[in-house]
Amino acid sequence: MPQSIPEGSVGIVTPQTIHFDQPLALACGRQLDSYDLVIETYGSLNADASNAVLVCHALSGNHHLAGYHSPDDKKPGWWDSAIGPGKPIDTDKFFVIGLNNLGGCHGSTGPRSTNPETDKPFGPDFPIMTVADWVESQARLADHFGIYQWAAIVGGSLGGMQALQWAIDYPQRLRHCMVIAAAPKLSAQNIAFNEVARQAISRDPDFNNGHFYENGKVPKTGLMLARMLGHITYLSDDGMREKFGRELREGKISYDFNPQFEIESYLRYQGEQFSKAFDANTYLLMTKALDYFDPAADHDHNLADAVSNVQCKFMVISFTTDWRFSPERSREIVDALVTAEKRVSYAEIDSHNGHDAFLIPNPRYMDIFSAYMKQVVADIPQTGKENN
Amino acid sequence: MRADLDIIQDWITPNSKVLDLGCGDGELLAYLQQEKNITGYGVEFDHDNITTCIEKGINVVEKNIDEGLASIQDSSFDTVIMTQALQVMYHPDQIVDEMLRIGKECIVTFPNFGHWRARGYLAFRGRMPVSKFLPYTWYNTPNIHFCTFKDFEQLCVERNIHILERTVVDNEHKHHWSIRLWPNMLGEVAIYRITR
Repeated sequence: MPQSIPEGSVGIVTPQTIHFDQPLALACGRQLDSYDLVIETYGSLNADASNAVLVCHALSGNHHLAGYHSPDDKKPGWWDSAIGPGKPIDTDKFFVIGLNNLGGCHGSTGPRSTNPETDKPFGPDFPIMTVADWVESQARLADHFGIYQWAAIVGGSLGGMQALQWAIDYPQRLRHCMVIAAAPKLSAQNIAFNEVARQAISRDPDFNNGHFYENGKVPKTGLMLARMLGHITYLSDDGMREKFGRELREGKISYDFNPQFEIESYLRYQGEQFSKAFDANTYLLMTKALDYFDPAADHDHNLADAVSNVQCKFMVISFTTDWRFSPERSREIVDALVTAEKRVSYAEIDSHNGHDAFLIPNPRYMDIFSAYMKQVVADIPQTGKENN
Repeated sequence: MRADLDIIQDWITPNSKVLDLGCGDGELLAYLQQEKNITGYGVEFDHDNITTCIEKGINVVEKNIDEGLASIQDSSFDTVIMTQALQVMYHPDQIVDEMLRIGKECIVTFPNFGHWRARGYLAFRGRMPVSKFLPYTWYNTPNIHFCTFKDFEQLCVERNIHILERTVVDNEHKHHWSIRLWPNMLGEVAIYRITR
């Protein structure tokens, strides 16, 4: 952390773990008898629990949205740019919850947790989670806090898919839904990239069919390759050209296979860092949740039909150079909502940051975000404000 | 409210579904939502206008109308409105066709290039008209497809478009008896209500 807590930061935050004993039935047919969710909260919940905002994370995200865990932290939470006092998700007005989803590797029950049936880590036996399963577990989290209706549910990428699924599964339980850089389902190309990432992990000799915890080894190379590939799809061609171009680390070509171009060493570094911090089984599971997401599938592949019961208002945002979930994919969501006569606004933000743009502050993005959140504040029932 | 919008709102049925192409800051939609309980969507391209609409709680979709409206289903709106934007479209005739496809009724307003002041400017100065109302010069104007009322009505005849109503007003959107007498010479803005 910088010398002092920066203005607009939520400051030092501490995660909490919430235990759930009621079994959770999953889409795959299995169930979790009990589970933990690790969460962080910012701001305070008003008397009638009407000012709560849920932030859903993407593939590699977690519950640590904003602020710092200790004064020694170099970086704040992953969405610190958007969450804090005076920021778009204003913690002076909202009670914000971030969680680590089930199957994750940052404290919630997941592949690393002990399987009560075997007393060993679940590893690859951890059930495959779906976006709808996550929504169900998040609904239980809402119940835990006495939150009947979220002021808003916000998410980018896979997080945006959870927000959309919420609006479909629990139409009464949210007033606003913000779907950023998402898609109504993955394309064949998206699934193809995920499959290469999975193959990189599962073919790493240290993966040991997912039972690598016992060996004290992790499939580092596989995870690193998966992340390097993923990372390319998060950036844009323009952004990469601007940031790295063909710059050489040593200034000249060395005619060997060592990393020479800046982009090579950047990707290696990113992959390396990621492989130290992330769980290989979680990566496989998260990419599967992405691949399976398709809320229109139960509605004869008609998305407008799938959203026919939603009640909340939507804000959909995409970024011009995002080719992982391009603006066209966001427009599919918008078109379905318009066809279903649902309330929706849509903005397409100019950015050269590709899919990663949803994490990077950009003046227009933040303006739209703030403008929309003002509506969310305005829609908090008045009784709540009086009691607060 | 802008006077032309006041005329238009009178033509909107309560509780209907309305699309406003080039909705600006959402003034008309806000009014119609409030007073007529419509389900309304605006389409806009200007960034500041989009932010303003979002702030007001108006449904606004960022889109360049010139790229077409193909994603919108046939007859999915009761009324499709386009105020003072037809002349900036690349293909105004195609846009009108598209509006009539997706809307049961359409309302179009545009400035009249046949107004006496425009005619006089070109006739006597020999240059493209520049006025307070149309302040651009030929090379930087967004208005690339000017027409007169007669031109528009000719298009309606050619495309079998039925004109339900026409109101011609001056710059301040007032009707004068003289405008009614000689609209293509004296009217500055036309508001058409059309259907197929």
